[in-house]
Amino acid sequence: MSIELTINDQPVSVTAAETTPLLFVLRNELDLKGIRYGCGLEQCGSCIVLVDGEPVYACSRELGTVAGHRITTIEGIGSTANPHPLQTAFLDEQAGQCGYCLSGIIMSAKALLDRNPSPNRAQIIQALDKHLCRCGAQPRILRAVEKAAAMLRKGAPR
Amino acid sequence: MSDTLPASIQNNRRMDKWIRFNPDRTVRLAVGKVELGQGNVTALAQIAADELDVSLDRISVLSGDTENAPDEGQTTSSQSIEVSGRSVRLVSAELRARVLDRLARRLNCSPAELSVQDGEFRRGDAPTGHDYWNFANAEDFASDIEGNAQPKPPSAYRVVGQPVPRRDLPVKVTGAGFIHDMVRPDMLHARILRQPGRGARLVSLNEGAIRRAAGEDIRIVRVGSFVAFVGTDEYVVQRAAAAAPDHAKWENARTFTPDMQEAAWLVGQPSSDRILYADGEPASTANVVQARYSRGYVAHAAMGPSCALAEFRNGHLSVWSHTQGVYPLRASLAIVLGVKQDDITVRHAHGAGCYGHNGADDVAVDAAVIAREIPDHCIRVQWRREEEFAYEPYGTAMSVGVRVALDGAGKPLDWTCDIWAATHTQRPSSGGNMLTHEALPTPPPEPRYSDPPEAGGGGGTRNALPLYDFPTKRIIHHLVLTPPLRTSALRGLGALPNVFALECFMDELAERAGVDPLQYRLSLLSDPRARHVLQNVADRCGWASRGSAGTGRGVGLGWARYKNKAAYAAVAVEVEVEQEVRVKRAWCCADAGLVINPDGAKNQLDGGIVQAISMTLKEQVKVDQTGVTSLDWDSYPILKFSEVPEISTELVHAPDLPTLGMGECTFGPTAAAIGNAVAHALGERIRDMPLTRARISEALLRG
Repeated sequence: MSIELTINDQPVSVTAAETTPLLFVLRNELDLKGIRYGCGLEQCGSCIVLVDGEPVYACSRELGTVAGHRITTIEGIGSTANPHPLQTAFLDEQAGQCGYCLSGIIMSAKALLDRNPSPNRAQIIQALDKHLCRCGAQPRILRAVEKAAAMLRKGAPR
Repeated sequence: MSDTLPASIQNNRRMDKWIRFNPDRTVRLAVGKVELGQGNVTALAQIAADELDVSLDRISVLSGDTENAPDEGQTTSSQSIEVSGRSVRLVSAELRARVLDRLARRLNCSPAELSVQDGEFRRGDAPTGHDYWNFANAEDFASDIEGNAQPKPPSAYRVVGQPVPRRDLPVKVTGAGFIHDMVRPDMLHARILRQPGRGARLVSLNEGAIRRAAGEDIRIVRVGSFVAFVGTDEYVVQRAAAAAPDHAKWENARTFTPDMQEAAWLVGQPSSDRILYADGEPASTANVVQARYSRGYVAHAAMGPSCALAEFRNGHLSVWSHTQGVYPLRASLAIVLGVKQDDITVRHAHGAGCYGHNGADDVAVDAAVIAREIPDHCIRVQWRREEEFAYEPYGTAMSVGVRVALDGAGKPLDWTCDIWAATHTQRPSSGGNMLTHEALPTPPPEPRYSDPPEAGGGGGTRNALPLYDFPTKRIIHHLVLTPPLRTSALRGLGALPNVFALECFMDELAERAGVDPLQYRLSLLSDPRARHVLQNVADRCGWASRGSAGTGRGVGLGWARYKNKAAYAAVAVEVEVEQEVRVKRAWCCADAGLVINPDGAKNQLDGGIVQAISMTLKEQVKVDQTGVTSLDWDSYPILKFSEVPEISTELVHAPDLPTLGMGECTFGPTAAAIGNAVAHALGERIRDMPLTRARISEALLRG
């Protein structure tokens, strides 16, 4: 059946079963590959996207439950040519190794900074604790989020 | 000169295999080492930029491609810069010299009068009107590399030594960047029903029930005991694969017992034994001390399960893989499929974190076997999370015993290390050891286990030989021939358990002798670079004021020179121990000689510390009667953001010394530092990793 969504500020109509996980719809129907399959179990955070501004595990969220809602993926916040301050800060800090976990982490960080422009270290850790990073880039990731917050407070376009 | 050329050049002598000047005034550097998330490809471009005198942004790198890039074997063992970097430096220097020589003859001047500025040739201060793009000709490239050009001295480096940003990262933080994201024409998604283990045979498969679970039309590919579900919709084939195990009957599936998950199980199993190093008989004295250390099986546990694409078109097989070695994988595919190597192309594409031999090669064979059954389509195989955990080759459990005879001052008269471990390498090169191969109608014979050779740093014996000034040293290696689980190379191989045993036992000996552990080490250590890194972390962590043992807070340190020939690293940690161990801070000092990209190097050093903390405190692959039960992140937890310490890392500035591989050098020292810090915090030693809540309680009850 056809389901109406708003993805990265664009109205989109998707034909798929209501029970299809959002992950597969975004990656395969809409070619938004920045969202990643990690576990399918809500345990790693690689698949996090924003639904109405809140982090959601797309691997288990069924398409039917997000009909009519506003979905934001990593592609929706910036690009290599025109990056979001979070993306800029992650590159400035070289905050990543393999990079597989990063798009989900950046989405959770975006949700945090949207509601709290000046989070302290503990609040950032709390927001990211549902994300795993196997390469051990966590110290750089935390620095990158702090840096992005400072950039945004100074008026960098989001 | 040619006998001293690096292996990479000896195997790929022609210049045009490495460097080409494109008409758009760029340079294409081709290398056999691949980007695994460690930044090596960026560093290799830095080396070429300096030797050619071309700006870094003109250089594009093609890495890991059996059609267009040189064969440099596997990307392993922290060798990319030591081996490939040295090759790129020699090749670039020679090309530059060759072209400038010819220009000098043309201009009737000395080559010394000529220089290169971003690819343009100048004589004195004046442009010559020539550059690489209009002057380098086919002749320069078609001939063999001689290896007799003189590379620049380190003092002339402008790009090497700079913290250049990684080239692969921008796409990874903005969208598609991985093999998982590739889309090819006529692509079909596939999932696998895995053979429960070597020798298991599929007796029956209820295909109707699986099709009903899938809900939509799928193709079921069966070749011997290999089964794949293939279709246009990824979610549909995922559902088929999730349902399949309940509808498959196997015979000859192996059963397990829970004790097999422990390192202790290995001790006394049938083994291939050797005495690796013995420079004398053990001392005979009454004062002998010994202890045995261990760790269980550990998983690579990459964030993204393995993935590969393969297609058979017009009799040619093309494979995309996040393998560590495109050429060895091609050789393996040729054997498994009975196809000529010339009819196969393997190209590297980015995967999720690679810390050694994981499922990358196996999933590539999966895709190729399906592609042969369904030609003219691109077959994309994505392993499932539980499949990745259950079927990746693990880092072997190890049991490491140390026995020392002490003199009157409490110093070793000898040192005997006795290691029990399964193999640290079952990499694909000759077909055997590949999961899919074992499920096909004519499986390969049971592999004859061997371990990586000592010349390359060894496997079970890696870093077992102490670099301390002991009068005699013996290393006894028992390579277990009947391991319960499939094992292969995982970051550091035997270095983590061996350095844990060695450096923890040094603390135990120091305590016995009543000497401060740092001073005890320094009194037995003459290598100045080792002394420097140790003293450096001790000074920075406040070693002198670390306080007494048994307070619940502890500070410990450890060091190693990776493989006893690569980079030096010392690590100190501060821990708090209540019911669990919490690493609060970590300090590191590493000496890797000339560092190409200091920021990339620090990223590797720190990442190694975090991963080693995770392995030391939390990780062990568990089994029950049916097999592996660590199948998700709840049953195989790793370190979380809230558990990662503050890390302070320093690199020794040594640009005039040869580059030493450093990607794995913090692994063993971190584990040892934690072991020693926990002993300091508790006043009780825990010798078995992981240092879990249960082991803390046990130790406290003992004390």
